[in-house]
Amino acid sequence: MLIKTPARSTLGETQTTPEAAYVSRRSVIRGLGAGLGGLLLSGGASGLDLFGGDKKEAAGDAPRKSLNFSPQQPAPDLILTPEAKVTNHNNFYEFGTGKTDPAQNSQGLKTEPWTLTVEGEVEKPGTVDVWKLMHDIGLEERIYRMRCVEAWSMVIPWVGFELGKFLARFQPTSRAKFVAFQTLYDPEQMPGQRNRYIGGGVDYPYVEGLRMDEAMHPLTILSVGLYGKTLPPQNGAPIRLVVPWKYGFKGIKSIVKIKLVEKMPPTSWNKLAPNEYGFYANVNPNVDHPRWSQASERFIGPGGVFAVKRQPTLPFNGYGEEVASLYKNMDLRKFY
Amino acid sequence: MAAISKNAVAGLLQIGVHIGALLPLLWLFYAINAGRLGGDPVVELIHYLGMGTIRLLLLTLLVSPLAKSLRFGQLNRLRRPLGLWCFVWASLHFSAWLALDLGLDWSLIGEELVKRTYILLGFTCWLILLALAITSIPALLRKMGKNWKKLHGLLYVAVLLACWHFWWSVKSGWIEPAIYLVVALLLLLWRKNSVIRWMKSFGRSH
Repeated sequence: MLIKTPARSTLGETQTTPEAAYVSRRSVIRGLGAGLGGLLLSGGASGLDLFGGDKKEAAGDAPRKSLNFSPQQPAPDLILTPEAKVTNHNNFYEFGTGKTDPAQNSQGLKTEPWTLTVEGEVEKPGTVDVWKLMHDIGLEERIYRMRCVEAWSMVIPWVGFELGKFLARFQPTSRAKFVAFQTLYDPEQMPGQRNRYIGGGVDYPYVEGLRMDEAMHPLTILSVGLYGKTLPPQNGAPIRLVVPWKYGFKGIKSIVKIKLVEKMPPTSWNKLAPNEYGFYANVNPNVDHPRWSQASERFIGPGGVFAVKRQPTLPFNGYGEEVASLYKNMDLRKFY
Repeated sequence: MAAISKNAVAGLLQIGVHIGALLPLLWLFYAINAGRLGGDPVVELIHYLGMGTIRLLLLTLLVSPLAKSLRFGQLNRLRRPLGLWCFVWASLHFSAWLALDLGLDWSLIGEELVKRTYILLGFTCWLILLALAITSIPALLRKMGKNWKKLHGLLYVAVLLACWHFWWSVKSGWIEPAIYLVVALLLLLWRKNSVIRWMKSFGRSH
């Protein structure tokens, strides 16, 4: 099989929607608000417009706040996934295993106040107030491809900050080899943690992990927002991990604890099905999932069912130039 | 008198079969246009069509034993429309996978057919339904004689393949496919004499 590693400039299969265009399109739709918006809301129960538009927040949605951030220059070859699809197509088993369950069941999640504890192999362990942090720290936009292990993908404008810079504040020791993350454990608020059937049989709390060099890589961010506003609960409010060259399930949501450790920490999907989900979970078109090919993916972009495009999956999700060196002596078929 | 009314009932049921199989497709057409299929509508569409096929197959399998135990032979007139609708739904399911999921990328399609056993099972099931649909042309039925019955006994195989295909395709949760498989086995058990007779027909010389 021919293995092609395209240069960064050739990564995009598609064309960018410049930020100005999506902002203006949104404002046009907002402008129509009173008339058309009302019509859309009353018409479609899900509020999803598969023909490329954007949706206003549905009445019951948790309020999202605007964020101050430095916008990213429009990335050359990427079309953004419409906001309504980013917020209505989620895996967050704590709120149910269906793709629309999280949006329906998470709106009551209490995300304010929210504290995040950093502990383990650090000189200065501590706890931060996430909402204070997101206003004090310099936020930037990162328009990233997101590739789900289920072979669909999106392009999402996250807002956040580099995990590495954040961890540096706590002064990691030389013994810190891995970073372990943990999601909120609160069965009262999260029905999937109360009931194995709703929660897909995952052993909660959800945990994830990175190697230290992966965590310190400048592409790895903690995200607190998308599309210029704070995260909705179904996308992992108020703070989540985004590692763009790995399958989406590595991006642990609603994080409450980060622990720096010496040994490779357990990860939730690896515990559930080790033959299907490895620790590294690097996007790799040459290593199939046991039940489907990873060579290509359905891109969830603007448009309806007949506009869905199948496109080739890129090694490391297109970030190979930046991150391939992290794995240069590893057999990625073995360490998947 | 009773015969006439039974004919009328069977006729009405036949219309009911057409409406029942067509309406969900019209709903699907509406749902696609109204964006009711969620963020990844392709997968939703494929699952909807696949589940519909399995339900229609089970319904088809129900007809003969029911006609026999109710002494209501005219019910057998439902078999052909039901069978043909099974083929239509299975073909839509299969085409959605070919065109919308895999984007008619034939090398990928070939690779997936060979590599994923559950896809091969589904494909085999579709081939059987194709053969049964073609041979339901009345002229062919007459021409084939006994062989027609032999061929159409493959419906038993198709139902089991469809359930097995469903079982192996799910990511987690085996309860739902198990329910369908148990229903299929019970329906086959109900007509076990016909099934045994069909299997024996292959042993006999022509």
